[in-house]
Amino acid sequence: MNPNLPNSFRTGPDERGHFGIFGGRFVAETLMPLILDLEKAYADAKADPAFQAEMNGYLKHYVGRPSPLYLAERLTEHLGGAKIYFKREELNHTGSHKVNNVLGQIMVARRMGKKRIIAETGAGQHGVATATLCARFGLECVVYMGAVDVERQQPNVIRMEMLGAKVVPVQSGSRTLKDAMNDALRDWVTNVHNTFYCIGTVAGPHPYPMMVRDFQSVIGDETREQMQEAEGRLPDSLIACIGGGSNAMGLFHPFLDDPSVEIFGVEAAGHGLTQLHAASIAGGRAGVLHGNRTYLLMDDDGQIQDAHSISAGLDYPGIGPEHSWLHETGRVTYLSATDDEALAAFQLLSRLEGIIPALEPAHAIAKVMELAPKRPKDHLMVVNLSGRGDKDVPQVGDILKGKKK
Amino acid sequence: MTTRIDARFAELAKQGRSAFVTFLMAGDPDPKTSLDIIKALPKAGADIIEIGMPFTDPMADGPSIQAAGLRALKAGMTLKKTLEMVRGFRKDDDATPLVLMGYYNPIYIYGVDKFLADAKAAGVDGLIIVDLPPEEDTELCLPAMKAGLNFIRLATPTTDDKRLPAVLANTSGFVYYVSITGITGSASADSKVVGEAVARIKRHTKLPVCVGFGIRTPDAARAIAESANGAVVGTALVDALRASLDAEGRATSKTVGAVADLVAALAQGVRGAKQAAE
Repeated sequence: MNPNLPNSFRTGPDERGHFGIFGGRFVAETLMPLILDLEKAYADAKADPAFQAEMNGYLKHYVGRPSPLYLAERLTEHLGGAKIYFKREELNHTGSHKVNNVLGQIMVARRMGKKRIIAETGAGQHGVATATLCARFGLECVVYMGAVDVERQQPNVIRMEMLGAKVVPVQSGSRTLKDAMNDALRDWVTNVHNTFYCIGTVAGPHPYPMMVRDFQSVIGDETREQMQEAEGRLPDSLIACIGGGSNAMGLFHPFLDDPSVEIFGVEAAGHGLTQLHAASIAGGRAGVLHGNRTYLLMDDDGQIQDAHSISAGLDYPGIGPEHSWLHETGRVTYLSATDDEALAAFQLLSRLEGIIPALEPAHAIAKVMELAPKRPKDHLMVVNLSGRGDKDVPQVGDILKGKKK
Repeated sequence: MTTRIDARFAELAKQGRSAFVTFLMAGDPDPKTSLDIIKALPKAGADIIEIGMPFTDPMADGPSIQAAGLRALKAGMTLKKTLEMVRGFRKDDDATPLVLMGYYNPIYIYGVDKFLADAKAAGVDGLIIVDLPPEEDTELCLPAMKAGLNFIRLATPTTDDKRLPAVLANTSGFVYYVSITGITGSASADSKVVGEAVARIKRHTKLPVCVGFGIRTPDAARAIAESANGAVVGTALVDALRASLDAEGRATSKTVGAVADLVAALAQGVRGAKQAAE
């Protein structure tokens, strides 16, 4: 552990958007005035009880919150150790945790008078959530998606288009999430006067990492209450998958100052950490990209490397800056799961619990399969089931039939 | 401290004309040709040379400059080799100001202090780093000033009067006015609107103001040079370079000449401006 441990892990970022050395505002001057406006608009909204009340109303009646905390009895029995609970974010409207953040940002955009919303998406879950809320509030929606992801996540592309969004396949670079974010930033620089950039994860320039975390913290806040109700105490461990890290941060943040709670983030190890992967903490180092300083996959010249994961939602060479800080302080332990491990977990969960998870949380389940058997039976483990797997059914079906690998 | 940039603007002020500033990507299409091109620029009429430092994820650049960066990286260009290229240029030319332009990550990974020392020693005069706004001045801007390099800031149409003083505070050499909200090589700037913006910036600073983004032709360069202290052309030069390559993206015997010819034509445009800005 770092000798300079903070008194609290929950007070960041500082006024310049820094979590330790991570975070910041590394953007072109064109965007800076808008980012300062956003910071102010978000601070105003956060302090406005009417904003909170309105958001809570939509979270309950439109999103369907609270999401259940479900005891996975058959998985618990199968693994023979810790008592495993699922936070059922896959039951939210639109099928993942992404909607929590999008609702919040769209409400901020409305307060700022912005009529055009842009977003980047990897698996398409954030794109679908953004398209959904833009439809609900009558806003123009443009979603940037890597051309590779457009192909492997077709069901979500069709959903976004049905919801009235324009999906732009991004052909630059590795044609995945990183490049979608580059092109979204290029759109934003061009249309800054009327456009709000709805970032899907706890990354980007300040205030995004903080704002997205705050909107996702509903996951951990509910978990705390629900676990109290179910077991009369705090959970012993939390586990969640990490691409940029928004579902993980949402679950973790309310528990960061509870030292009895062990916390695990799971990155995507792709073909393995010595080969192509997307585990920026395990295989990267601190650098600056997409508006923040954080752990990134790169070469010795500072050129960003292409990530790889079977899961489009984790296929990103960076991670949210607060995670980098939680890693360096030692508060959260970052693990990784390979494509094959995630596939095995995907199948196990489908058969044992009747829940087809998205490939993203299948990475977290893969590590539950390792950790739970080593824990006693009274150990309470919560895994964030951040999305459902409908979108992955065609891709996984093809892989299992041996059509492609 | 007087840099080659300060000296060049003082000299141009005496001549009563504005500067023609060129941008090309270091190592595009390969390190050797790139050095040959840079060496040909002053004679063709470039007053100040901006050299792009290739980066995989250039968020403020359009497709032409993105592709130029990828060509350079594919040809093995690195930040270290970019500095070698500057040294190669300085062997024959100790007067033309050289400005490195790019993104922060390669510099951060190279190491800020080492980079500044090596850049200064190689003969770099100034830096333009797109993703370092004044809010991040402690990263590179302040150390660069201390190391004797100009840190040239971008001002944009969204930089209002309230924000301008913050943007100008630690700027030196010149101010680079980005004439459009957008990425490089996209829209064209309206010279009348740009003239008003330049006048607005000049109310806040005595530094020369150069204008870039969206200038492609000698006429456009002339129009901009009538209100600004300099006109910057990048994408049009990169496009001319690309058009001279063979089907595999390699340099041909026409490559250096293609860029130099366009530079000469654009320089004529700038020199034809009726009245340079004061």
